[in-house]
Amino acid sequence: MSWITSRRRHPAAGYAILLLGLLLVGALYASITGGGDGATAAPPAVADSAQISQGHTIFLQDCATCHGLGAQGQNGVAPGLIGVGAAAVDFQVSTGRMPLRQTDAEAPRKPPQLNRRQTLAVAAYVGSLGGGPAIPTAAEVSTAGADVGLGQQIFVADCAQCHNFVGAGGALTYGKYAPALTQSTPTQIYEAMLTGPEAMPVFNDGTLTPANKRAVIAYVTGIRAQVNPGGFSLGRVGPVTEGLVAFLGLLLFMVLMALWITAKHGKDKRI
Amino acid sequence: MSETNGPGEPARGEDLMADLAASGQPAELQGPHRIVGTPAPAQARTMLAEEPGDPAADRELPADPEDMVGAKRAEHAVATLFIISMLAGLGVIASYVIFKVHTVNNVRHSNLALGLCTAAAFLAMGTGAVIWVRRLMPHIEVTEQRHELRSTPENRAAFAKTFEEGAETSQFVKRPMIRRTLIAATVPVALAPIVLLRDLGPLPEQSLDHTVWKRGTRLVVFGTNRPLTPAEFSSPGGSLSVIPEGYADNDDALAKAATTLIKFGPGILQKPTVMNWTVDNIVAYSKICTHLGCPAALYEQTTHHILCPCHQSTFDAARGATVLFGPASRPLPQLPLMLNAEGYLVAQSDYHEPVGPSFWERS
Repeated sequence: MSWITSRRRHPAAGYAILLLGLLLVGALYASITGGGDGATAAPPAVADSAQISQGHTIFLQDCATCHGLGAQGQNGVAPGLIGVGAAAVDFQVSTGRMPLRQTDAEAPRKPPQLNRRQTLAVAAYVGSLGGGPAIPTAAEVSTAGADVGLGQQIFVADCAQCHNFVGAGGALTYGKYAPALTQSTPTQIYEAMLTGPEAMPVFNDGTLTPANKRAVIAYVTGIRAQVNPGGFSLGRVGPVTEGLVAFLGLLLFMVLMALWITAKHGKDKRI
Repeated sequence: MSETNGPGEPARGEDLMADLAASGQPAELQGPHRIVGTPAPAQARTMLAEEPGDPAADRELPADPEDMVGAKRAEHAVATLFIISMLAGLGVIASYVIFKVHTVNNVRHSNLALGLCTAAAFLAMGTGAVIWVRRLMPHIEVTEQRHELRSTPENRAAFAKTFEEGAETSQFVKRPMIRRTLIAATVPVALAPIVLLRDLGPLPEQSLDHTVWKRGTRLVVFGTNRPLTPAEFSSPGGSLSVIPEGYADNDDALAKAATTLIKFGPGILQKPTVMNWTVDNIVAYSKICTHLGCPAALYEQTTHHILCPCHQSTFDAARGATVLFGPASRPLPQLPLMLNAEGYLVAQSDYHEPVGPSFWERS
């Protein structure tokens, strides 16, 4: 304590406290927003009757409250799931959006409540109700040999307006938002394009072929590896934040310099 | 020519010169605290040379700082910073020579090195100067009275005489031909910048009224350039950016012709959507916001909202893209669609009204 006591009136002490506070806030923010891991993609098993019946049991426990005992939906509460397909269920459950925590404008991504086996079982059950796209295989979402340049063109034309050029996400109307794609697995990206979860438009195989979708996945996952100049991503939302940070940072620096230049020297009593 | 004081004026800086001469005197005359190896301490002196007859200055400039050891340390710090500044300055030259700039990555490295060296050079020099001022120079406020700005009557008369003499001897007055041709020569030079304003034109005339869409132009997917059939674009809730076929590389054309294609489930599209311009519940709206021309393409399939990201204008895609919210004053224009003989989606015609924001001559 004596070390602090002897130095707390040092001219630089105020700045040191300020700097410490800023670092603390930054670290806290990073610990809140960072972390989280995407669900790992596993090759979907072929649905058999045992899996379907297991999925039915889980559905009755975790889903039927809102979606109805027969997955027919409830008006104004939850949509019917007959015909949505296994891919839609896998996307919603593996990203943790379903089961829903609370009704809100947008279901946030959160750690999945069901494990991989349970997820596949529910998906198999809902898929068995008829219609809808199946969960894509590992080969269908592979980015090996995909045309990243084409993927960027498609992404810029049809995805970037909501999800931002590097998949950082963005705001929509009335509290809805397009989520960031930074944690999405290739399977989840494929399923989202195929099924159009929540407000997202559907991109079926007629409009974006499976090869086109693989190109988009290659772009979205490849862009994450890009190095951030200066070491900070700043959310990767474009030049506005970068300019703001540069402006505020330089402003703070210049204010501190002005304080230093004009401050009266502590021991100088000659004036 | 450097010292041209008038006979009546005292030479400024005479006192200073005297002081400088004094500082060269033997050390024992300068005071008892001289440290070996340091410069001779300056003597106290009046701050400004006074005009004869002015009252004597009431403040004196202190000589050396009291803390000579601290001053020595500050001197070293300043010198170190100035050396750093010098090295950084040399670093700027070195980085310019070392880094080649023929690829993007090399340009980045070159810019980084040049910027860091330049910043270090100026920062170190400025920091050194501030330390110098704060630690070594005396902290004393000096008020210097402003002199009268008006010249003396003698100087003013002399200037007028010189001007008249110049006008006479240059024969500017006597030879009107030279005078007038010189004036004539300056006029076009002054007009030239005004003529360059022509580059603000030409006026857009009719070019904003039309896009490149015309009867039979196929809609192709922006990015992959594939034409579309209603069977392919069949999932309700689908939305795509489409462009007229053959204009993928024509940015001028796409700036007006970019279009959003939306597929609805049966029975959702309502008036004032023009139903004759839709095919199988597929409707096409201009992608250019009617407010300020941003790409309004944030389509939500649940609410059928089209949102413009710039100013949050919101359009109802199921009802002819009428404005629900925001500063846009008109719906997004609807592109008339039909099928051609091969079953592809094509335009019936151009948009029936100018796309994008309002402009002066918009009818």
